[in-house]
Amino acid sequence: MTADRILGIETSCDETAAAVVRRGTDVMSSVVSSQIEIHQRYGGVVPEVASRAHVESIMPVIAQSIVEAGIDDHEIDAIAATHGPGLVGALLVGVSAAKAISLVWDVPFIAMNHLESHLYAAFLEEPDLEMPLVVLLVSGGHTMLIVMEDHLRYRVLGSTLDDAAGEAFDKVARFMDLGYPGGPVIDRLAIDGDPTAIRFPRAMANDGWDFSFSGLKTSVVNHVRKHPDADVNDVAASFQEAVADVLVSKARRAAREVGAKGLCLAGGVAANSRLREKTLDVCVEDGYRAFLPSRAMCTDNAAMVAAAAWWRLRADGPSPLDIGANPSLWLPVS
Amino acid sequence: MLILGIESATARVGCAIGGHEGTIASAHSSRGRRHAESLAPQIEFVAEQAGVQLADIGAIAIDIGPGLFTGLRVGVTTALALATTLRIPVIGVTSLDLLAFPVGHTDRMITAAVDARRGEVFHATYQPVPGGVQRITEPAVGKPEELRSAIVAEATDVLIVGDGALAHRQLFEDVSGVEIADEVLAFPSASALVSLAHARAMREEFVRPDEIEPLYLRRPDAVAKWDTASS
Ligand SMILES: [Zn+2]
Repeated sequence: MTADRILGIETSCDETAAAVVRRGTDVMSSVVSSQIEIHQRYGGVVPEVASRAHVESIMPVIAQSIVEAGIDDHEIDAIAATHGPGLVGALLVGVSAAKAISLVWDVPFIAMNHLESHLYAAFLEEPDLEMPLVVLLVSGGHTMLIVMEDHLRYRVLGSTLDDAAGEAFDKVARFMDLGYPGGPVIDRLAIDGDPTAIRFPRAMANDGWDFSFSGLKTSVVNHVRKHPDADVNDVAASFQEAVADVLVSKARRAAREVGAKGLCLAGGVAANSRLREKTLDVCVEDGYRAFLPSRAMCTDNAAMVAAAAWWRLRADGPSPLDIGANPSLWLPVS
Repeated sequence: MLILGIESATARVGCAIGGHEGTIASAHSSRGRRHAESLAPQIEFVAEQAGVQLADIGAIAIDIGPGLFTGLRVGVTTALALATTLRIPVIGVTSLDLLAFPVGHTDRMITAAVDARRGEVFHATYQPVPGGVQRITEPAVGKPEELRSAIVAEATDVLIVGDGALAHRQLFEDVSGVEIADEVLAFPSASALVSLAHARAMREEFVRPDEIEPLYLRRPDAVAKWDTASS
């Protein structure tokens, strides 16, 4: 089954988002209402607070996405919503809205996997990406090294054994009292710091495909405790360098091993400037393409949901209306 | 006017379609707390049973709580999405009103109590009036022991209804003058919602979807902690 214009809905964490995408690539609108300010004082996303905020903003955000697309309700051919992984109370808001609207408009409903959606963000800006691709999916909730063999066909090479990359940024920033979210703050401070000032450990950099960031976080904490007057910029730059090193060296090894045509970043941490720089360097050196989606496509949005849904609908057809949220959904592997 | 009522604030989830001649079709299930899975198929089923298109519906009635937060959000979001896309108004009714309404024939005072978990109940008190009930206290959350003391202090005959009463049955059953309503009345029903809402619709007491808000009565823990810490 195909559907030209898909309305995508995303509420897995702290962004309420809706977008209209044509044929999986043409973004007609993409609206994101961020709750970052609401959660800032708590130093992280509070699930109950997030769920309440989604209820308030979901319908206005959807309405805006349709207005911005410049179309009428009846020109939407299918509705897709993230049903996992994520915060269950937050996911249920998007899923409930999508199912109700699909009943009224009598169009297919597609329950989408958030991880798969992230992988499709790249195709919105570069529809002709050649596969196999190695994708580094790094966010506050996930750190995964994935081989995308073809559309909807993935292999997960490795993932984090403890903290997600974005979580490590948040925890280090919280310890150093830099505020929330940690990623952008550390990125900014690192500009004026020396990435070689402190040699933080690169856990498991050369063995296996899995990641571990809790040791790195602990050694940053220990260093700052031992050297209370250490330059904040140097600590930020050195920490960020260690994270980027581990991520990129593994992705590079994976790209070589599978003969990838390119290396692609996805997820909120993919907005990190040092990670982007290093990825680009490696791709230039090794002679394959680097794909670094724009910041708006790296962080959670609904355009990527609608894009992935276009492929899913073609392959699997609509989802049943009795599907719920699945907070611990894993990437569908081939 | 045809009304679609959605009720998912407690452990049950249900919906009904009805008008001036009463409920035409209804469905409910109590599969634990699987509100999100059940609701959309129920709406589809009920519309089919009633032989109506969703486009024929004139207003959406919704139980706005208090109740289980997750169930409440599934219901409210579904109601808002339906009303917004159908471009029709909404009638919000509290779960406590919905519990008191079907027992309005009693000559006692009525206390509606919804299980709020964590050893608390959501509650409000009503008095029967011709053709219905009148709420005389605002919906509140508190310990069932405090509710019991309030009932004892009032010294009037009380009918207490809801799963909050059943969850703390031992606290209320020995109070003289207190009667606990039957278990079949312990959950708000979508049919009661439709008839209550229909009366309100006749008086044009409806609102735009964006004016509907869930009645949580409890702040998220993190917010409560923050406010305590910063005051
Ligand atoms: Zn994400």
